Amino acid sequence: MYAQVVKSEGSKTRDEMTPEELAFQDRIDRGEKIEPKEWMPEGYRKTLIRQIGQHAHSEIVGQLPEGNWITRAPTLERKAILLAKVQDEAGHGLYLYSAAETLGVSRDELMELLHAGKMKYSSIFNYPTLTWADMGAVGWLVDGAAIMNQVPLQRTSYGPYSRAMIRICKEESFHQRQGYAIMMKMAQGTPAQKRMAQDALNRLWYPSLMMFGPSDKDSVHSAQSMAWKIKMNTNDELRQKFVDQTVPQAEYLGLTVPDPDLKWNEEKGGYDFSEPDWSEFYDVLAGNGPCNKDRLGARVKAWEDGAWFRDALVVHAEKAAARRAVAAE
Amino acid sequence: MSKEWPLWEVFIRGQHGLNHRHVGSLHAPDAEMAILNARDVYTRRNEGVSIWVVPSAQITASSPSEKGPLFEPSNSKVYRHPTFFDIPDEVGHM
Repeated sequence: MYAQVVKSEGSKTRDEMTPEELAFQDRIDRGEKIEPKEWMPEGYRKTLIRQIGQHAHSEIVGQLPEGNWITRAPTLERKAILLAKVQDEAGHGLYLYSAAETLGVSRDELMELLHAGKMKYSSIFNYPTLTWADMGAVGWLVDGAAIMNQVPLQRTSYGPYSRAMIRICKEESFHQRQGYAIMMKMAQGTPAQKRMAQDALNRLWYPSLMMFGPSDKDSVHSAQSMAWKIKMNTNDELRQKFVDQTVPQAEYLGLTVPDPDLKWNEEKGGYDFSEPDWSEFYDVLAGNGPCNKDRLGARVKAWEDGAWFRDALVVHAEKAAARRAVAAE
Repeated sequence: MSKEWPLWEVFIRGQHGLNHRHVGSLHAPDAEMAILNARDVYTRRNEGVSIWVVPSAQITASSPSEKGPLFEPSNSKVYRHPTFFDIPDEVGHM
């Protein structure tokens, strides 16, 4: 999931709700969409800002690990495809910032919270992309995991978030397929290329499983968010679905999922698999992953280095407007 | 913090000559840049043949709390729909 461990505000039983809160919950239960100017509980608004903001930040920071390979793509075609994909991520970030802005927060405020370390982005982007095969594995696994989470979110209760998700999902399938196409090429290539593909899978498998967030038994914020339909499935449900979908894809590639305990369980109709190392997850979230400093540093530098340019365009626009006003007199 | 670029609402006419349709919003310093940004943000897959941008501050919206009084009058006027009228089959297609 692109939003992990989103702190949710309050969790009330129906007896504890005010009449307004009850009516609001009933609307959500009926499947109605909540729109920006309508009444909503403060907790709903705050939780959504956190979740959509974190999601937007993930799209933007998520450009960095792949941007790393644009200048070194093996062919011009691969380079053009990777550029298009990274550009999509920028677009996805922008759709989501706009959705968050309808809740009364500005995009610049969200940026500043990210840069101050007060808002998170997905832990997955704090891992390095060491070889070209990682571009394959990121598209296949990371975008695959994101799709798993985003498809149900198209039905989320908040109108602008739902519409952003619909737009994103339309474009996301290209991301996963271009990644898998890279993996096929590598896995069917020379023995050295196949080893690179296997190595990428080995390194990115568990961090991808972590994207869905902690196990349901440790996920304290889920219940309220699910009642509000801003979270549609539990973390473990989505993780299971992801594993069930991905294992046959790995088999097709002739690659081995790095989990000795991975086994088909006929009874549950899904795979049994090993949990990721959750202490590593919390450590990366706390800022101690291999690339946390680089990623945030790159974002802050881009923001600060671009400040003069953003300001210059504002001044230019103001001067042009003043000139037009004089001409019109 | 320097001044934030204003927000614009983006409307796009698709390939088939239908109305411009609201697709989302974005930040830009002026109208010209808003059109260029809208091209990059909302038409990466050839979604449109024409773009309108409008400063978000210029949009006046009906209030959700007025939904009842605003739209209720049309509820009782079912005769505005063609299916209100029973036309015998022998008349043919109408």
